[in-house]
Parts: sequence; C-alpha cells; structure tokens
Amino acid sequence: MSNSSNYQDLLARKNEIMKKSIGIDYSLFELSPIAFDYEKMMKETGYSLSEMRQIQLEHGVGKTPLKELKNITSLARKVAKPGYGARIFMKDEALNDSGSFKARRASIACYHAKKLGYKGVIAATSGNYGAAVASQAAKYGLRCIIVQECYDSKGIGQPEIVEKARACEAYGAEVIQLSVGPELFYVFLKLLEETGYFNASLYTSFGVSGIETLGVELIEDSLRLTGKVPDMVVITNAGGGNLTGTARGILQATNYPVQIVGASVNLKGLHMASDTDFNRKSFTTGHTGFGIPFITNPDRSDVPRSGARPLRYIDRYVTVNQGEVFFMTETLSVLEGIERGPAGNTSLAAAFSLAQELKQDQIIIVQETEYTGAGKHHQAQLSFARRNGIEIFFGNPEEEIPGKNIILPSSLDCIKARDLNLIEIKESYLSNALKTATVVSELDLHYLSNEINEPIEFISNYLQSKKIKLEGKNGNQIHKAR
Amino acid sequence: MTQKGTWVLVKRVVLQPEERPLTLPKDTLNTPLLMWVKGHLLKDSEIGDQVQIRTLTGRLEQGELIEVNPTYHHDFGDYVPELQVIDTLVKFELFGGDSDE
Repeated sequence: MSNSSNYQDLLARKNEIMKKSIGIDYSLFELSPIAFDYEKMMKETGYSLSEMRQIQLEHGVGKTPLKELKNITSLARKVAKPGYGARIFMKDEALNDSGSFKARRASIACYHAKKLGYKGVIAATSGNYGAAVASQAAKYGLRCIIVQECYDSKGIGQPEIVEKARACEAYGAEVIQLSVGPELFYVFLKLLEETGYFNASLYTSFGVSGIETLGVELIEDSLRLTGKVPDMVVITNAGGGNLTGTARGILQATNYPVQIVGASVNLKGLHMASDTDFNRKSFTTGHTGFGIPFITNPDRSDVPRSGARPLRYIDRYVTVNQGEVFFMTETLSVLEGIERGPAGNTSLAAAFSLAQELKQDQIIIVQETEYTGAGKHHQAQLSFARRNGIEIFFGNPEEEIPGKNIILPSSLDCIKARDLNLIEIKESYLSNALKTATVVSELDLHYLSNEINEPIEFISNYLQSKKIKLEGKNGNQIHKAR
Repeated sequence: MTQKGTWVLVKRVVLQPEERPLTLPKDTLNTPLLMWVKGHLLKDSEIGDQVQIRTLTGRLEQGELIEVNPTYHHDFGDYVPELQVIDTLVKFELFGGDSDE
C-alpha cells in the first residue's frame, strides 16, 4: 500500500482514513446504492439522551437560559397587524463554555474520542465549532488540531475567522490556517493519517445528536416559563446539523406540532470557493453558501453518511439579508442589553419577521446565540466590509446584492424573512440522490420519502417525470407506488 | 536572529496552482493553496528562512519564517456611524421621542 501524501493518492485512501479516525464502519448501515438506515446509524453509533445530558452538564454545556425578548417583541408588534406579534424568546447558547451551541456537538465527540482511547481530536472548521472542540478537548486532556480556511491568497484574514483561531489557541489547540479552497479536506485527511487522532466531524451521529439536548431544553424551558409549547422554533441553518439535532430533540420532548423553520443569510451570487469572493462576505457561517448545498446533498460532508439531514424535519426555509442581521444584532444590544455575535442572530432577524405572522399569545423561539468580541463583532464585520469596498447604506434590504452592498433596513417593516421554495429544494435533493440511478427499488422509495418528508406519491411522480424506473420487491416494474 | 525555541509563525505552499483541481473558480485556481502554522523554532534562524518548527501537538512542520512571537491584531474595526442611527430608530419606535430623557 502506498503511503504517498500526494493529493490524488491521499484522496484515494479517504475511506480507510475515515474509518480509522471515526471508529464507525458506515457500510453496516448501507441498504442499497441509494439508501441507508439513518435511524439505525444514529442509534447504534450515538448515545442516549440522558447520557448526553449528563456528559454535557459535567462539562460546562447545556441548561442555558431561555430569555424573553420583551422589547423586541414590542417592537415587532409596532409593525404587525393588530393582534399579531408572537412572544419572542431566545435560547442564550452563547453561555455554553466556548460561547456557542457548538459545544453541545463537541462535548459528545470529545467524550467519545476519549472513551475510545484516541490521543487527540481534529476538526475541519472555520466556525465556532473549532473553539468548541478545543474547549472540550482541554477538559479531557486530548490534543487538538483545528483546520480552518482563514485567509485569501494575499494573506488577508476574515476577522471573524481570525478571532475563532485565537479562541482555539486560547483553549490550547494547534490551529492550521489555509487560504481559500476545498482542498482543505486534503490537508485534513493528511493530518488524520499522520496523527491517528479522532475525526471530531460536525456530521457524525455524535456531532448531530449532541444538539438534541437543546431541542429538549427548548420545550422544557418554554413550558416552565409560559406553560406552553412553542408554536415555532427558528434555527440558523448552514450544514444542517443544528436544525436536525434540535428538531430531533423537540420530537422526543413533545407531540405538539412545533413548526421548524430554518433561516440562512442570503449570500446568493458569491462563490464559496472563490478567492476574491472570500472577503466580500460578512458572514462566514449560517449562510446559503453552506445551507443550500448541504440541504440538497447532505453526504457532501467529511463523513460517508452525514447525521445532518435537515429536509427530514424542516417545515419552512427562509433567508434574511446581511443588513437585516446586522440591524437586529445592534437592536438586541440596545433594546435587550444582550450583546451577541451576528451569525447567531440570523434566526433572530428571521424571527422578528415571522413573529408578525403569529398571534400575540403564540410563542416563537430563536434557538441560539453566539459570543461576540474583536473580529466577530458586527462593527468589526461592517468596518471590514467597508474597507473592502462594500457599500453600506440604509434602504430596502430586499435590494441587497451580496458582495456589492449591505443594505440596512430603513424602517422596521422592511425586515422580512423570505421563503425559499422548499419543493424545489426537495427536487434538487432528489436530483442529487438519484444522479446515477436508472432504477429505484421500493426500499429506496421509502427512504427518499423519509429523507425529504414527502409522501411516496411525491417521489414516484418525480421518478416518472425523470423517466427513472421503479422496481417492486420481485423486480416488477411499478409505475405508480401506493 | 531568532533563537531556537522561539514561538513563530511559518507559511508554506501546500499545493501549487497546477496541482489544484480544475473545478475551482479561475481566481482561486491561479493561486497556490497556502498554509500558516505556529510552533517552536528548531534552529536559530532569520525571518524569510525556510525553517522547521515543532507545533503544539508535537508535530514537525516546515515553511518560511514570517513572524516571531506572533500575536493577534484583529479588533472592533473603525467606527460605523450607521449603528447609532439604528439605536435611535429602534428606541424612537419603541419609546417615542423622549427616549433620551
């Protein structure tokens, strides 16, 4: 066997490296070239809810306060129809050790790595997850390497990512910083092979199920504070783990049909692998540049089968623009006295608009916050954008062009959560899942139906429209499944 | 001269432009994939030298020595006057014109 670290040779050893670094044989869950047993994977490779709550409580994670945003609720009611404007609550996840909900994911991954006897952990992330893994690794005495995409080719760092590197180093991690490009994965694989450390991926069952505790807490907190289950939970969506984990937790805590809304910052038109676009965006996560590719193709992540499968749970997917999120971040600070990082406030900006669709006795929960500070602060981001030639002005955020301008809302009524077409997104998922398929089995049909949370008819109609054959159990061709 | 054992930052090329996947956008494809990593210097060296370092996890890395005792320079940015305009707007909407009293 070759141990060449040449780009192509290393990628060819991907599966072998992954298996060794996660300790999961994903082939055990494969059912067909299309389908795999998602629930079995989550159950057999993960931990029970009570185990996870215990692990987290012992390591500075969870039981964060749910806070009612009374002033922001009143503000929304100023522009809502009479009788409308739900009570807005916010789960202050910034108060977890390391400053974000990502600590929930990292806590389970690091616990597991320690249990299996790994000497260290590695995560590929430019986000808060790096600090979360570094912080949790510190608690277990695990070595830690964080690999991040941080600079453009001129060496100019995105201030938010530079801050995240500082946080990782504050918790004792080694940080590898790269210029723009998806070959970060190559560097990551090379490090996994070189060190034999655990791959603390965001997308393993541990990385996703660690957030289920957040979903459960939301329901418990809401019942305690209001006597009611929330009507809507708004979740910032990027890789899909946040939404998936939270929704799975909610489903374990209540039968009430809580509406699950994903929210992303609209970065349409900016290419995520572009060196020049890299520093023209003011959000490094929680945006459509991750949200759309991952929701339509969850297995594009760094593990063979991702635990993050948001289409199974999402009821609505909305976007907000950068200017709206900055506006709400400032508003949270001056009206509620809570200073938090902008990316985590994506769901807050969406909730401000969505609350106006609900009646005043209804409850909407903004599911997370993140810490703020030098680099991550909204002034740091706006100032960086201005220095990069991005125009910043007041107007209608609907006209914002990512990479060209940031339009701060000139009035409250132009802050809008804009619905994405979920049916188109689901069809796009099917197109990816069936890219090489010519024949689909009945088992695949049920799998796809669960994957996008649509009836069997939806899938079979799609197959017909694409002229993909459907086979019955005995190989008989079925034209329309029942 | 920078002494052996000093905490330093090195930079190196991971992939040359011609080694990068052709699927990349042109602007990225025209540049090498660069890497920055910190560690303790293994030999006395000068800025600009190709050096070896030992990183925090005990790994050996090499690259061009670009910074000695590297620290952080990110900050809260330049003053952004629009933020105070937002403060005024939301306070006025919520509390009316006497919010400063």
